[in-house]
Amino acid sequence: MNASSALLAFASLALAGSVAVRAEVFQPLPAPASVSDSAVTQGMPRLLSDFGFFEDPSAQLPTAGVSPYRLNTPLYSDGAEKLRFVYVPGGQKVGASGEGLLEFPVGSALIKTFAFEENGKRRLVETRVLLHRADGWLALPYLWNEEQTEATLAVAGARVQATTPAGEMISYRVPNKNQCKECHGLDGDVVPIGPKARNLSADWLEATLGQVPDGADTLPVWENRASASVDEAARAYLDVNCAHCHRPGATASNSGLDLRWEQDDPHAIGIMKRPVAAGRGAGKHLYDIVPGKPDESILLHRMLSDDPGVAMPELGKSTVDDEGTEIVREWIKGMAP
Amino acid sequence: MIRTAISAILLASAAPVLAETHTIEPGEGAQERLQEALILAAPGDEIVLAAGRYALTDGLSLDVEGVTIRGAGMDGTVLDFTSQQGAGEGLLVTSDNVTLRDFALENPKGDGVKSKGADNIVYHRVRVTWTRGPHPENGAYGIYPVESTGVLVDGVKVTGASDAGIYVGQSNGITVRNSIAEANVAGIEIENSRNALVEHNVATRNTGGILVFDLPNLPVMGGGNVVVANNLVVANDTPNFAPPGNIVAGVLRGTGVMVMANESVLIENNILSGNPTAPIMVIAYPQPFEDENYDPVPRNVVVGSNQIAQGGYDPQIDGAEALLAAFGGELPPLMWDGLGEAGVTLKVASGISGWTLNLTEQGKGMAGATPAPLQAPPPSERFPTEDIGAPAELEARLGG
Repeated sequence: MNASSALLAFASLALAGSVAVRAEVFQPLPAPASVSDSAVTQGMPRLLSDFGFFEDPSAQLPTAGVSPYRLNTPLYSDGAEKLRFVYVPGGQKVGASGEGLLEFPVGSALIKTFAFEENGKRRLVETRVLLHRADGWLALPYLWNEEQTEATLAVAGARVQATTPAGEMISYRVPNKNQCKECHGLDGDVVPIGPKARNLSADWLEATLGQVPDGADTLPVWENRASASVDEAARAYLDVNCAHCHRPGATASNSGLDLRWEQDDPHAIGIMKRPVAAGRGAGKHLYDIVPGKPDESILLHRMLSDDPGVAMPELGKSTVDDEGTEIVREWIKGMAP
Repeated sequence: MIRTAISAILLASAAPVLAETHTIEPGEGAQERLQEALILAAPGDEIVLAAGRYALTDGLSLDVEGVTIRGAGMDGTVLDFTSQQGAGEGLLVTSDNVTLRDFALENPKGDGVKSKGADNIVYHRVRVTWTRGPHPENGAYGIYPVESTGVLVDGVKVTGASDAGIYVGQSNGITVRNSIAEANVAGIEIENSRNALVEHNVATRNTGGILVFDLPNLPVMGGGNVVVANNLVVANDTPNFAPPGNIVAGVLRGTGVMVMANESVLIENNILSGNPTAPIMVIAYPQPFEDENYDPVPRNVVVGSNQIAQGGYDPQIDGAEALLAAFGGELPPLMWDGLGEAGVTLKVASGISGWTLNLTEQGKGMAGATPAPLQAPPPSERFPTEDIGAPAELEARLGG
């Protein structure tokens, strides 16, 4: 809503023909007025502005054709504010089959900006883009400058000092290009993770797809999880935070642990399952999940750790998620032994 | 630097591929420079790590096919992860036909080098060391290829792993040789894998020297066709320091070569000395399990001629004193749990004596054990070894 009214204001300025006025009032815009389809489909653009995803990059005001969206249950990223956008080239349609991942046409892009608050102001840290090319998806990380005017390709990633909303000072890890694939890899390809129909609102799907697929909008909205069952909230959290690796064909497939929402084999989701290659990550515990005993469950033990080599997820966070661990604790506690 | 490398890639994609060499020096920004080189490498390129110590804060990763990472020797080029802040391993490889050689990793927070789904990989003269020695908070695996076809590990050295020094899991076509595994919980472990050759290694001061395991409920099961030959398995007497949840936490201090489950394993021409619980141990998977596709009892384990001394003199087994007294001060060198059937489960060359726990039920622990001398027939036919080991073409990458 904010975005569209700002866009309107911008458009009326342009209509008034006050180009000179605009030049005085606004800084020259680094971005082109529309998305560059060639940047999305080829090469490794050095600057985020080369894509033209944003009318006003520092305000994260998207270009026409780039739509914001949110996920019902999001991935925990040290409490970073995350601004998500999707771009689909003109005239193309997004497909869907059931509750799973939406089918974006070649030329589409998913854009996610990570921000922390600093001195009462939003500070953009990085923007990750997933580009759907003819030969598959490409993941690239862009690191924002101090001035907050531009983000530059950082294939090797970076570390940035940040303060989480909980007040913790952290060394925030901007992932490198390969680390993008550690989470986004499935059967050797890079794929999106977030935009699954089951984790998107029916309203947004209706507006974007013109339809609401079966099984859509079933994961609880995280901040309203109190009105969902503990089982649903915990399974949604594990699906979103863990299952991109802990599933067949992905980075942690060799663990045999499968935390996808749709997995209903108790052993596969960790109940009385022994670890395989957990190493010291297992702590003193014997099973991934011991029903009724969260404090004897490796799954929760690793979520509660901030020690690299023990902590789960391995990438994308460096602090413990109090809300997520609380719901998983409740879930394990409520299981009948 | 980024620009040059990017244009190199663009050129490479337009013209016939010419392998390039990218040299990295230690010092300021080594983390970014090295990771950038690993990302921007073109297939076939070589990343040369100049001699020196590289202070690294994050795990490294390689996802480009056919790349060689070459250091200036396992004592000359050291990737130092003592200050590592993130990632589950020091180096992660996810592409095929990669060669890793002549460098070391020290003190990674998790595993040392993990290669997953990375077919035809060569590890040559790579060292992984946890410098404080055995400690439960050391990383789990030193050299860790998993879910791969074609694995050649030659001349590596791993010390201090809290699980297995050299661990090959869920893979096929494997050779581990000429390597040293010292002061790990398990020296060398072949798990849920087929066609593995483990030869000419030294396994010493581990809790257990060489383990061949098959576990239930994994994407890849049915381990077997494994040859353990011509290894020096001596003085494996380090108390088990694995975190309790791991399968190797159950390995008894003083185990030489151990086979658990599996089908067709040959143990031959090894020198086994100073393994105080059992120079050779053959057992079924000991835990209860639910997996109808899994056979917990070993089949066709062949113990050929081995040179065995000083074994079974201080077994880490309940009732050890009575056992030692019953067997005249030292247990026979081959220990079997008795599950399965002598001659089907186990064949033993003449001259190697053994004992059995005579267990009658899998997954029920040691209760009901009635120890007795082992009677098992000798192998009646040659153990076929033709298709065992890494593909021959990987040998070519060992030169230089």
